[in-house]
Amino acid sequence: MAKLNAAAAAKIEEICARYTDEKTPLMMILSDIQNEYGYIPLEVQELVSAKTGISVAEIYGVVTFYSFFSLEPKGKYVIGCCLGTACYVKGAQNVIDKFSELLGINPGETTEDGLFTLDALRCIGACGIAPAVSINGKVYPKVTVGQVSEIIDSYRQEATA
Amino acid sequence: MAMINIKIEGISYQVEEGLTILEAAKKCGYEIPSLCAFNHGECNQGSCRVCLVEATGARGLVASCVYPVSEGMEIKISSPAATAARRHSVELLLSNHNMNCQQCDKNGQCELLHVANVTGAREGAFQGVHSETHYDELAPGLVRDTSKCILCGRCIERCKNAHGLGILGFENRGFNTFVSPAENRSFADSPCIQCGQCVNVCPTGALMEHSEISKIDEALAAGKTVIAQAAPAVRAALGEEFGFPIGTPVTGKMAAAMRRLGFTRVYDVNFGADLTIMEEGTELLGRLTNGGTLPMITSCSPGWINYAEYNYGDLLPHLSSCKSPHQMQGAIIKSYWAEQNGIDPKDIFVVSVMPCTAKKFERQRDQLKVNGIDDVDAVITTRELARMIKRAGILFDRLPDEDWDQDIMGDYTGAAVIFGVTGGVMEAALRTVYFKLTGKESEPIEFTAVRGHDAGIREASIDINGTTVNVAIASGMKSAKVLLDEIREGKSKYQFIEIMGCPGGCINGGGQPYVRECFLHGESDDIMDTYKEKRAKALYSEDERLTLRQSHNNPQIVELYEKFLGEPNSHKAHELLHTSYAAREGFNEI
Repeated sequence: MAKLNAAAAAKIEEICARYTDEKTPLMMILSDIQNEYGYIPLEVQELVSAKTGISVAEIYGVVTFYSFFSLEPKGKYVIGCCLGTACYVKGAQNVIDKFSELLGINPGETTEDGLFTLDALRCIGACGIAPAVSINGKVYPKVTVGQVSEIIDSYRQEATA
Repeated sequence: MAMINIKIEGISYQVEEGLTILEAAKKCGYEIPSLCAFNHGECNQGSCRVCLVEATGARGLVASCVYPVSEGMEIKISSPAATAARRHSVELLLSNHNMNCQQCDKNGQCELLHVANVTGAREGAFQGVHSETHYDELAPGLVRDTSKCILCGRCIERCKNAHGLGILGFENRGFNTFVSPAENRSFADSPCIQCGQCVNVCPTGALMEHSEISKIDEALAAGKTVIAQAAPAVRAALGEEFGFPIGTPVTGKMAAAMRRLGFTRVYDVNFGADLTIMEEGTELLGRLTNGGTLPMITSCSPGWINYAEYNYGDLLPHLSSCKSPHQMQGAIIKSYWAEQNGIDPKDIFVVSVMPCTAKKFERQRDQLKVNGIDDVDAVITTRELARMIKRAGILFDRLPDEDWDQDIMGDYTGAAVIFGVTGGVMEAALRTVYFKLTGKESEPIEFTAVRGHDAGIREASIDINGTTVNVAIASGMKSAKVLLDEIREGKSKYQFIEIMGCPGGCINGGGQPYVRECFLHGESDDIMDTYKEKRAKALYSEDERLTLRQSHNNPQIVELYEKFLGEPNSHKAHELLHTSYAAREGFNEI
């Protein structure tokens, strides 16, 4: 198994130490790691297991249960297309299909240049502005298929700027 | 314990407060069909919904395995709604189940088939897509087939309870959920010790031993000299497969049955156990007198060896270098026995019948080979032996009691028999070490302080000729870890430690017959609590019956050293009977 570098290991240990008083610290630890690194690979789970006494299989189960957690590194920009009921009836499937087509990746995947990850989300609670797309926390309301190319280009420009 | 009043089907009963409806009903003489619930709440997920009943005060039907009884509760097991709901639950499980029952080794002992039978789930009521199947047969000991898994979680809980390991977990969610080691790895690529405790609790054929019966069939068909040897713990449980009460020793019938399966010779691994004591006892005395690494830890249990190599690579010098008894005996068969009988070791095929799935892994270890030849060529579990006996049409209960073959390795002592239970290897070793240090036999022969039949740590201080030997015994890795951490921290006060992989030792090994209340109608209600003790008694009673009870008094062992090995721990003994260990990565690169 690939070993974590010393800095990453120290950081993960520090994150685990934040929650030693919690009865069920796992979700909080994993959330912090996800936010810090954008993904939670097995070697990180092994270290969390050693620090918390929770088995690797149980941690892996939690990571794969919640779509918020990721096993693979995510792109610089994470495009989350809401496919909740309201967004879906407002045409969100066509929107995510367009992102998929223009980026050349399926939902859940990351572009080869590491710039974009495309995620299908369940309801993000923005039904009033359906269909909604969230990119790195910024929410785009009432997105149409026609806007998709424009949105992608704006981030490509930002990345090269 | 406070008693409360309940009614079942309109009839009044008094039961203890705090019981679940399932437990209370059992005490009142009802067996509510259930599936995921196991062993007094060892697993109680309420996930399978097979045990649904009506109960007053509850909304809708309740899962009786998790719902507690309360004062005045009226329970209906046989109402039309409850009966139909239980049947539907089973039908739903069957709708996502790989129903190739005729090819499944669990056929006849499958709890899903049992509840399908009692709930009347006869038709394929719900047709639809199946979850994706994950199949793992890379590990020598275990096979995992998720197409037969009902997601009850028993295996997950057993791995945690027995070993504190938690190799298995639920992966993904919803319809895509399956049980596996992290990353859907093979058992072979995870720190699984292949003890088979998960197999022992699986209600279906989702977790099974990796069968090696076909290897034996091939060897017999190829005309090889096939020699079979059976471990001590097998005799304490094999009878259960043929309707004998739990705890009935069946040594004589087992020898008779194995002979009728066509093996050239049938031997008891007890000879190998006596040999192990000669080597291991001598090794311990050597370490005690020459300042060797202490405490010394026994090395008979391959599940424990796996655990040590994965988790305590720094403590490997503490392990006895002795091979386990069946490996020692295999090495002797392929050297001394082969020489005596004028047979090329390459033409000999040694079969070990073991209460264990980890032995299937052990026999393939490179460190055990002698001149590139394996000591043992196939390992089958107690359950697999039963399958072979049934396949051959042998009426086990009508067999006469026969002796093992007596040439060269037919004798064995009571010390060897008790190897099959936690504390047994320790006691056997102490009997011989006592003699070596004092020149006389211990009186009484037994060292009862080290005896037990369950997980947990036992310790004793034995005074031998003024020398105090502190010993400890642990079974199950959860208990072992406590002793190992003490050694790591330099705080261990022991000279000799016995560790066995499975809780209770080999009598409760991962290859032993399944113990299921729903299939054991003749047994007492507390059988889940008492079966280990009953199996242990079967071994201790054989020890008491034997006239030879110390390994060093086995005349054929004495002869083996005189004619072949020289003395214990000799150069030749080391070549054939000792091994080495190496630390391993749990989650290796794949």
